[in-house]
Amino acid sequence: MTQEQLIILIKKKDPKSFDYLYDMYADNLFGIIHNVVKDKEESEDVLQEVFVKIWNNLDSYDTSKGRFFTWILNIARNTAIDKYRSKSYNNSRKNLSTDNFVHIITGSYNMNAKTDAIGIKNFINKLKPTCIKIIDLLFFKGFTQKETAEELEIPLGTVKTRNRACINELRNMLDS
Amino acid sequence: MTKEELIESGKLELYVYGSLAPDEQQEVHEMILKHPEVKEEVDAIENALYRLSTYTSPYLSARNYERIKTALNIGGGRVVNMRTNKIITFIGYAAAVLLLVGIFSIYSKYNNLQESFQVVSSEKRAMETDMEKSKLENAVFEELREGNFTRVTLAGQTAAPTSVANVYWDKESNSVMIDGKGLPEPPEGKVYQVWSLTMDPLTPTSIGLLDNFDENDMKMFRVANVTTADAFGITLEPAGGSESPTMEQLYTLGKV
Repeated sequence: MTQEQLIILIKKKDPKSFDYLYDMYADNLFGIIHNVVKDKEESEDVLQEVFVKIWNNLDSYDTSKGRFFTWILNIARNTAIDKYRSKSYNNSRKNLSTDNFVHIITGSYNMNAKTDAIGIKNFINKLKPTCIKIIDLLFFKGFTQKETAEELEIPLGTVKTRNRACINELRNMLDS
Repeated sequence: MTKEELIESGKLELYVYGSLAPDEQQEVHEMILKHPEVKEEVDAIENALYRLSTYTSPYLSARNYERIKTALNIGGGRVVNMRTNKIITFIGYAAAVLLLVGIFSIYSKYNNLQESFQVVSSEKRAMETDMEKSKLENAVFEELREGNFTRVTLAGQTAAPTSVANVYWDKESNSVMIDGKGLPEPPEGKVYQVWSLTMDPLTPTSIGLLDNFDENDMKMFRVANVTTADAFGITLEPAGGSESPTMEQLYTLGKV
C-alpha cells in the first residue's frame, strides 16, 4: 500500500485503515517519541496521544502541506517535546540535545523483532559523530537550521549541505 | 533553481524534516509535482529516515495497539458503532429539524395569538366606549323618566323649514336636554348653538353647543341649566359658538 492509498483509506475512516496506519508508523513514531521522552512508559502514553491527534485531525492534512510522514513526524515530535518540557525543570530546548538516537539504539532495551539489532548498531556507529549529531537535531529533535548551527557551532549556510552529505551516507549504508 | 540544483541543495531533506520556510516548502512541493526525479529523491530520503527512526524504536508491545484502538473507540464492533453513530447523528439532525419546526410553529401561533389579542382588546375598547355611551344614554333616559320634564317643540324656521327639535326642561331641577334628531347634520366647521330666550326685552342666552353632533347616535344633548325661559331657539354658528345668535341661521324656535 502506498502512502497515498493509506491516506485515502484513513480519510474515509475505513475500519482497516487504523491497522495499516499502526503497522506502518507505530515503531517509527515510537522511536522518535522515545528519543525525546526517554522513559518507555511515558513514551507509550505519548504514542497513544499522537495516534489520537493523527486520527482526529486527518481531515486537516493535505499533500500541499508536505509529506504525510512529515506531518505525523511533526505531531510526534511536538507532543513528545511538550511532554518532555512538562516534566523538565529547565524548559530550554537545548537540553534535548544531550542524548541522541545512537544512545537509544545502543541502549539496553532495543530492538524490534523486525530489525537486526547488531547490524544496525554496527552501521549506525559507522556514521560520523557530526552526522549523528546533525541528523539527531534536525530530524529527531526538530531543531531549526539556525538552532542546529548554534548548537554545533557551524555557519548557518553549511547546515543544509552538511546534513545532505550525512543523509547520503546513511542511505548508502542502508542500501548496502 | 533546476531540479538537479534543488536535489543537491539539501532542501529536500529539510522538506522531509518539516523545517523549511513556507515559501521554500511550497517551491519544493511544486517541483515534486513537476519532476518525477525530485519525487523519487524525496521518497528515498523519507525511506531512509523512516528506517532510521524505526530502528531507534524500543520494543513496542502489542497491548499498545489494543490500548490505542480503545482510545480511538474503534474496537471490533466498529462497523456496528459507525452505523449506530449514523443513526444517532440522523436522530440528532431529525430532532434539530423538529425543534426548529416546533419553534417556528409556536412562534407563528404566538403571532396569531398576539394578533387575536390585539383584535380582542380593540373590540373590548370599542365595547367599553359603547358601554360608556349607553351608560350616559341610560342616565339621560333615567333622568327623563324620573324627572318632571316639559317638552317644548321647536319648529323649523326660514333657514331650515323641515327641521324640528325638542327641548326637555325640568322646571324643578332646571336641567335641560335637547333632542336634535330632527336636525340635519351641521356642515363642516359649523355647530348648533342652543339659546334660551326671555321676552321684554328679548334676551337670548346661550345654554350650550350640540358638540360632536354626528357621533351622538341618540342625538340627545345635555345643556346648561335654565331657570327662566319663555322660548328656546337653535342657530347654526361657526365652530366654538357665538356670543349672540346669528338670526339668519335660526333653524328652529319654539315657545314654552
